[in-house]
Formats: sequence, C-alpha cells, structure tokens
Amino acid sequence: MEQHDINVIVNGQKLRRRVSARQHLIDFLRNELSLTGSHLGCEHGVCGACTIQVNGTAVRGCLMLAVQADGASVDTIEGLSDSGAIADLQDAFHKHNALQCGFCTPGMLATAAELVEQHPNADREEIRAHISGNYCRCTGYHAIVDAIATVLDARRKAAGGSGA
Amino acid sequence: MKAPPFGYVKARELGQVFDLLDQHGDEAKILAGGQSLIPSLNLRLSRPTLLIDINAIADLQGIRETAETIVVGALATHVALEKSPIISRYVPLVAAAMPHIAHPAIRNRGTIGGSLAFADPAAELPACATALEATFILRGRSAERRVKAAGFFHGLFETDLRPGEILAAIEFPKATASHRFAFSELARRHGDYAMIGLAAASPQPGTLRLAYFGVADRPVAADRAAACLVKDGAAGIEAACACLAEDLEPSGDLNAGPQTKLHLAGVLLQRALPSLLTSA
Ligand SMILES: Cc1cc2nc3c(=O)[nH]c(=O)nc-3n(C[C@H](O)[C@H](O)[C@H](O)COP(=O)(O)OP(=O)(O)OC[C@H]3O[C@@H](n4cnc5c(N)ncnc54)[C@H](O)[C@@H]3O)c2cc1C
Ligand code: FES
Ligand code: FES
Repeated sequence: MEQHDINVIVNGQKLRRRVSARQHLIDFLRNELSLTGSHLGCEHGVCGACTIQVNGTAVRGCLMLAVQADGASVDTIEGLSDSGAIADLQDAFHKHNALQCGFCTPGMLATAAELVEQHPNADREEIRAHISGNYCRCTGYHAIVDAIATVLDARRKAAGGSGA
Repeated sequence: MKAPPFGYVKARELGQVFDLLDQHGDEAKILAGGQSLIPSLNLRLSRPTLLIDINAIADLQGIRETAETIVVGALATHVALEKSPIISRYVPLVAAAMPHIAHPAIRNRGTIGGSLAFADPAAELPACATALEATFILRGRSAERRVKAAGFFHGLFETDLRPGEILAAIEFPKATASHRFAFSELARRHGDYAMIGLAAASPQPGTLRLAYFGVADRPVAADRAAACLVKDGAAGIEAACACLAEDLEPSGDLNAGPQTKLHLAGVLLQRALPSLLTSA
C-alpha cells in the first residue's frame, strides 16, 4: 500500500512517521501513537467524537488523512489536558456533571476549547449552535451548555478583573 | 468503515494537477477540504485510485476585490468566508448562509470550491451562487471558461465541469447600497442539511432572484414568484406563493412530501419578504 513520510508535531512533540495514504488522522493518533482519548463514532463527520485540533482549530479526525497532517501541529485531548489549557473547562464539566458515559467528552472539550478561545462573548444560543455538531447520547446537553457558559463567564470576569 | 486503498499526491501547482488528471482520468479525484469526499470514501460510495490534494496551490487561495466583483478562490474555507469583512460587506448573502453550513469543525476545512463542485442539491452555497448570478471560473490545461451559475448545475452531483478541468474561483457581483438579500432555511438540527431553504437577492429595485434548495436535483430559481413580487411588492405575496407550485414542482424526499415542501417554500418566502422589500 502506498506509504508517505510525514513530519508532524503531536501535543508539542516533533515526530517523523511513515503512514499509508488511506490512513485517517484519527486512526494514526489512536493506533500508531496510542492517543486513544479521542474517540471514533460514525467515521463520516456526523457525531464529533473524533474532534481534535489541527494548527489550533477544531477538525474532524475522521475526515482528514494522516498524510495531510504533514507539517501541521496536532493537539489531542491528551495534549490539551496536559498543557492545562482546558483545565477550567474540565473542572466545569466535572462540577456540572456534564457527562455520563464520557464517550463524547473529548470531542466536546476540543469543540468547546475553540469556542472559549475564539468567541469569548458567546451566549447560550451560540454555545448550543457551536456544539451542535457533537452528539452526546447521555446528558441532553443542558449540563454541557451550563458548564461552557460558566467557563465563559469566569474567563470574562478574570479578563475584566485584570483590567484587560 | 475505512476508505479503500488509494494513492495520494499533494500537488504544488496547477500544471501538475492537469498532468495527473490527464494520466489518471476518472480514476483520480480532487481533494479539497475532504468534508464530502472523505465521508464518501469511508462509506465506499466512491473508489478513486488517486487523490490529488490541491490545498497547497496558491493560485486557488484567497478572497480578492476588483472594481465590480469579489473573486473567491476555490480553496477559501467556509470559516474564512464566515469571518471575511469583504464577504460580509460585499457578498452579505453568503455571509448569512455560512453559519448554516455544517458544523464549526467541518467549516474549518470545507471549501467553497468543494461545496460548489460537489453540487449537493440540499447545499446552501449553490443556491447562493444562483441567487447572485455568480460566475464560475473553470480552468483546464490550456483554457479558462467562465460559466454562469444557472448553467453550472446540471443535476444531482452533476456540474458543467469537463474531464481535466477544475473549478478555480467564483466571481460574485459586489453588493451596492441598493442591494437587498435574504437567507433562510428549515433544518432538523442546526448545521444539518436543510429540508428546504431559500437564498434571495435583489441587486437593485426591480430585480429579484429567489433560489430554493432542497426541492429538486439542483438549485431552482423561482422566477414567476419573483416577478409577482417585483411587480406588486408585498401585495404580490399571495400570487407569488401560488406561483411557487409551477416554479418549483418539488419532489418529495425523506423529510417531507411535495405538498409540505411547497407550503414551506411559501413560509420561507413570507419570512424573506421584509428584508427584500425594505426601501433604501
Ligand atoms: C456532517 C456533515 C454535515 C454537512 N452539512 C452540510 C450542510 O449543511 N450544507 C452544506 O452545504 N454542506 C454540508 N456538508 C459538506 C461540507 O460543507 C463540505 O465542506 C463541502 O460540501 C465540500 O467541500 P470540501 O472542500 O470539503 O470538498 P471535498 O470533500 O474535498 O470535495 C468534494 C467534491 O468536489 C470535488 N472538488 C473539490 N474541489 C474542487 C475543485 N476546486 N474543482 C473541481 N472539483 C473539486 C472533489 O473531487 C469531490 O468530488 C456537511 C458535511 C458533513 C461531513
Ligand atoms: S467519528 Fe468523526 S465525526 Fe463521528
Ligand atoms: S456523556 Fe455519554 S455520549 Fe456524552
């Protein structure tokens, strides 16, 4: 099967790997690098379980080929957790009980991370629209929206408090 | 499911794309954002032997302003259009449609060229291009063709693109002060493909194009209904709704039967009316 060499930064670490052309980025992360935090559900872009960040923006890991990540920087839920970048989101999900089985949670967090970075003033309606592409089978979304809204609020207060 | 095996080339310039298309013919597929192509590979609806990744080709990027038009490179992503001040100022219909196209993670990678070349009859951008009478710039190895939106969509997933050609850019007329537009759609979940939608544009008083999507195998311009509104303004709405049956002749689908679709088409038209008819 056709193979390609790629250089990629995964969770801050530079890697060089050989991948087959047809391998999806999410399978590369899960199977070759054992980064199994991001999940696979539908494999055609509908459920959002595989959402990761590529060059700082959320993408579907099942709709990108590993070979396309050549030269890119990829962050999975493991990296986002370890760096502390989403500690407040994780905390809020925990406090609001914004998960039950947790299957959707890594994708939810990767999606929410982009929202809190790029739309600090999002209201509940906008939060709902932003996570509309992520299926959760357990919580009915209310607790997830609560958790994200809490973080936005806290970050706004922190920014205001420091005079920013 | 996983995609079947295929080869992959990241093309560096257009000449290389034309070479590969010549060599591989139908067996090769262009890969832009991959947000429609990769699902279709995963579902094994399509089995190309080669993917030609065009994402690195500079000629296909960017959003440019000319005296009378806005030229959008095929590789402009949905999110780039959504955030572009040029688009919100000069092509506001497209800006209004953007949040309805799929979900943020998909808009981060999906491109305007991919969406138009894919020609899904339920997609937003083909209808916007139809309402705005956009021009499609198609490039082959030795020639460039300019095709109006009305001639570009041939049917379900079928366009005017010929073997060996690619969609390079889309040209939209610039909205002027008298430009009026409306966009609205009905979807089961925000970001899903619409059950039915309407993209409408009136570049100046006396001209109006109503392009419906999700009603047939391509975007449909409701010209009779538009004529009623142009002639009688808001007073023409009832006649316009009556004309929709002839304009659209909708086929039913999983979402709704023809009668329901017609009813919804009228509902969308009523919703659009205030934005289309406000005086300057
Ligand atoms: C879950 C989900 C929901 C979605 N919902 C919507 C929605 O509500 N509305 C909507 O409009 N879309 C929706 N989409 C599709 C999405 O918007 C895609 O981004 C878009 O349709 C295809 O663009 P792309 O750049 O990803 O193209 P690709 O998937 O890369 O390509 C699509 C097709 O176009 C061809 N192609 C691409 N670029 C060119 C070019 N420049 N010249 C010639 N041929 C070319 C390819 O060979 C392929 O056949 C959805 C997708 C998913 C996965
Ligand atoms: S597994 Fe990627 S969106 Fe469902
Ligand atoms: S917590 Fe179970 S799918 Fe979301």
